[in-house]
Amino acid sequence: MSDPTPQHDGTTPSDRTAPTDATTGLPADPTRDDATSADATTADATHDAATPVVDDRLQEVTGAPHLMTDSATDSERREGRWSDALRSIVNGSVLTTVLAVVLALIASGVLIALTDKDVQAAAGYFFARPLDTLRAVGTAVGGSYSSLFQGSVVNFGAPSFATAIAPITRSVDYAVPLIAAGLGVAVAFRTGLFNIGGQGQVLMAAAAAGWVGFSFDLPAIVHIPLTILAGIVGGAVWAGIVGLLKARTGANEVVLTIMLNYVALYLVSFMLRTPGLLQAGGSPNPISPATRDSAVLPSLFGSRFGIDVGFLVALVAVVVVWWLMNKSSLGFRFRTVGENPRAARVAGMSVPALTVWVMVISGALIGIAGAYQVEGAVTTGFTSGIDAGIGFDAITVALLGRSRPWGVFGAGVLFGALKAGGYSMQAANGVPIDIVLVVQSLIVLFVAAPPLVRSIFRLPAPGARKAPRASKKEAVVTK
Amino acid sequence: MKLELRGITKRFGSLVANDHISITVEPGEVHCLLGENGAGKSTLMNVLYGMYQADEGEILLDDVVQAFDGPGDAMRSGIGMVHQHFMLVPVFTVAENVMLGQEETAFGGRLDLAGARKRVREISERFGFDVDPDARVEDLPVGVQQRVEIIKALSRDASVLVFDEPTAVLTPQETDELMGIMRQLREAGTAIVFITHKLREVREVADRITVIRLGKVVGEASPTASNSELAALMVGRSVELVVDKAPATPGDAALVVEGLTVTDPTGLVLVDDVSFTVRRGEVLAIAGVQGNGQTELTEAIMGLEPVRSGRITLDGREVTGRSVKQILDAGVGFVPEDRKEDGLVGEFTIAENLMLDRADSADFVRAGTIRAAERDAFADEKIAEFDIRTPGRTTAAGRLSGGNQQKIVLARELSRPLRLFVAAQPTRGIDVGSIEFVHKRIVETRDSGVPVIVVSTELDEVVALADRIAVMYRGAIVGIVPASTPRDVLGLMMAGELPAGTELAA
Repeated sequence: MSDPTPQHDGTTPSDRTAPTDATTGLPADPTRDDATSADATTADATHDAATPVVDDRLQEVTGAPHLMTDSATDSERREGRWSDALRSIVNGSVLTTVLAVVLALIASGVLIALTDKDVQAAAGYFFARPLDTLRAVGTAVGGSYSSLFQGSVVNFGAPSFATAIAPITRSVDYAVPLIAAGLGVAVAFRTGLFNIGGQGQVLMAAAAAGWVGFSFDLPAIVHIPLTILAGIVGGAVWAGIVGLLKARTGANEVVLTIMLNYVALYLVSFMLRTPGLLQAGGSPNPISPATRDSAVLPSLFGSRFGIDVGFLVALVAVVVVWWLMNKSSLGFRFRTVGENPRAARVAGMSVPALTVWVMVISGALIGIAGAYQVEGAVTTGFTSGIDAGIGFDAITVALLGRSRPWGVFGAGVLFGALKAGGYSMQAANGVPIDIVLVVQSLIVLFVAAPPLVRSIFRLPAPGARKAPRASKKEAVVTK
Repeated sequence: MKLELRGITKRFGSLVANDHISITVEPGEVHCLLGENGAGKSTLMNVLYGMYQADEGEILLDDVVQAFDGPGDAMRSGIGMVHQHFMLVPVFTVAENVMLGQEETAFGGRLDLAGARKRVREISERFGFDVDPDARVEDLPVGVQQRVEIIKALSRDASVLVFDEPTAVLTPQETDELMGIMRQLREAGTAIVFITHKLREVREVADRITVIRLGKVVGEASPTASNSELAALMVGRSVELVVDKAPATPGDAALVVEGLTVTDPTGLVLVDDVSFTVRRGEVLAIAGVQGNGQTELTEAIMGLEPVRSGRITLDGREVTGRSVKQILDAGVGFVPEDRKEDGLVGEFTIAENLMLDRADSADFVRAGTIRAAERDAFADEKIAEFDIRTPGRTTAAGRLSGGNQQKIVLARELSRPLRLFVAAQPTRGIDVGSIEFVHKRIVETRDSGVPVIVVSTELDEVVALADRIAVMYRGAIVGIVPASTPRDVLGLMMAGELPAGTELAA
């Protein structure tokens, strides 16, 4: 009865980071495709002491529009910190996301400058000729970001229009598996589950799709969908195991998915080393036969451009997930479980069954990424490295896209562009491609720490209940 | 020590939570702050305790202006607070909890537990508390835990004590004891601020009463003021404290519970061989102090808690061990006691919350897709019918006040054809106006011939709504008595005693 946690204000992180910026006057969140809640987010700021609580019988008596909730009687959420953190990230505003990207680029610019040879040399005589250093910094950072841009969006130096826009098609190409897998992770996120088993699911999907892709000789019109379907089934089964175990035994899905990553990795390695399973005949190497041409995704606009049919599949997946999460009854129940599993249970929803289903769907979407890897990215036979880190990048994509379908799409394209641009940056400026990883990581770091971003840009905190002091410092103290 | 708050103003954005509030508390005086939930009482006390900084105004102790940067400063200046939710570490002993935050160490950094124990004993003796300094806090009853909080404050030489809604978790007897303690502290010269919205308690101990509404002091009252005068001050209009209802016309037995036993996973008995019957068109109120098995009883009826043994039948059909879904579909409406945790999804819109337990019913879903038009039309209709104060159906439910949130839950549950209506703590933490509304709807439901179970820890509510009262103590029903049973008898029953000669009604 007595609640020992010092949560006298009943604030939860999700409260504090609820979407909107009434003060800045920015649209609450254009990509928040949740049609029903869009008005709500703009209409009022946050559910907090700082917020006008909409009420009440008393209004008519006094004419005063607002009341405060008595903080102590507010509910205290008792779920784990993980889900709280998840919820706060998912409900973060689009402004913080954009600013996080800007901040990450600035921070990475500092890194590029610091590691640049010319900058280091010029800094040696900084006090004699400070302009030299600044010029060197400008060249290094500007040059790097310029080639990042030209390598990922538009190449200004290209002789023809076709070659000029080739980079953006390459970015989209890289983005396809990220979008698909990001959607999978996002669907689980919104149901309150942390699926970090993307690696394992991509591997199992790639193995299944790869096997179908090289074993059968079928017309392309049948072979391509069948191969994708095999990937979907592979990923769905692998994630479904996690859902079943969690629903049946209450095991933690984070632990389960991590462990199944290892199982998948070694299982696929074993199959790749075993003739008759996945290993290409006549080779001692752990590599599969090449995907048959009939299973390779055709390009949409000719081979000069990266975009292939996989992009259409990704677009369809985005639309399907949008319908699922925002329009369908099943998605409504998924979201209920994600926001408040106890209320879901009281409302007669079967949380275990929904857990299984959402994991199956999550795995299926990640499976598309696995299928794409063997049908689009690497068609010459795959190894146990076929997942290419997509399983983990998908988590960052889902976080950055705030688990909204079109947000994931945008984040996937951004990460695809970083990947594509990273190579040309390395080639042209000698900046290691790892800097792209740093940018990605920093973006996620800043997205996950909205108070940090807010305090850097002096944005008002969406909720100030916990803040003992006024305005500026709020953002820091709320965490 | 004399405490004075002068013109305290606290704003949150455009909202003025406290608007130039001035109060004075003299030593040896119990000053009551009376106001509804959301009136700004807690904000004011958080300002006093240094958790918030006032935008205007000052705090004076013995006519010296204070500047508190945090609770630590307030404590050092002699202000103690007994929180509504206790700030105790359950696995620590009483002595450890009391020393927490001002640990004294002996040689080599060892904690001076002996000193802390001695201090607990001294204070306990001074006020006649029966508290063992070595008892673990989690093993103590709630009333005693509260005393530990008081000891903690007193051990820091608090001469101003703030009690924030201290009786919410206590039995009537424990409440009386707390009143005694407050009187004792008053005799000892402590200045006491007592925050509450319960009128009876105010009249019992207060020397002075300040009523706060919408962040402003709306008046002072003397302890001799009548309940309705105080309520009118609080709400700004006169309030009916009694529920207007005709005598029940009970029909056939609808819900029959026989020998119901519920245990927790370790085998601890939570509901102990409970049997009762609810007839059509009557309200059976289940009274008792929080935590005596009422929660588990309702959850067992709803299929949320596994039934160890016993049978539950509704209109002759067995519902024992059915899933929540099946029980809801059988026509049971349920208002859970913790509406924010169990009844609503705070981030969802009002419209979405109104269809929460019909997420797969044909009323709202066609071909797997939610019928947005039907959902919205239903929401608009219910917002009007249940007088839910909101800018629109797309407002997130979590942003509404407690009373309006409860109306959403009621609207949802009462909009289905019902064979049984179970309302657990239907008016907890909501404003007086909404309480009236909720009570009215419950009586209407009864009058339409639906059997109703109301679980409440508020004796006033139980007496006002019930046709019969079942009192629970330690998981068992002490007795089922008529609604006319005197309050002192009910109070004794809530402590587990059934006075000889009590008229039973079952």
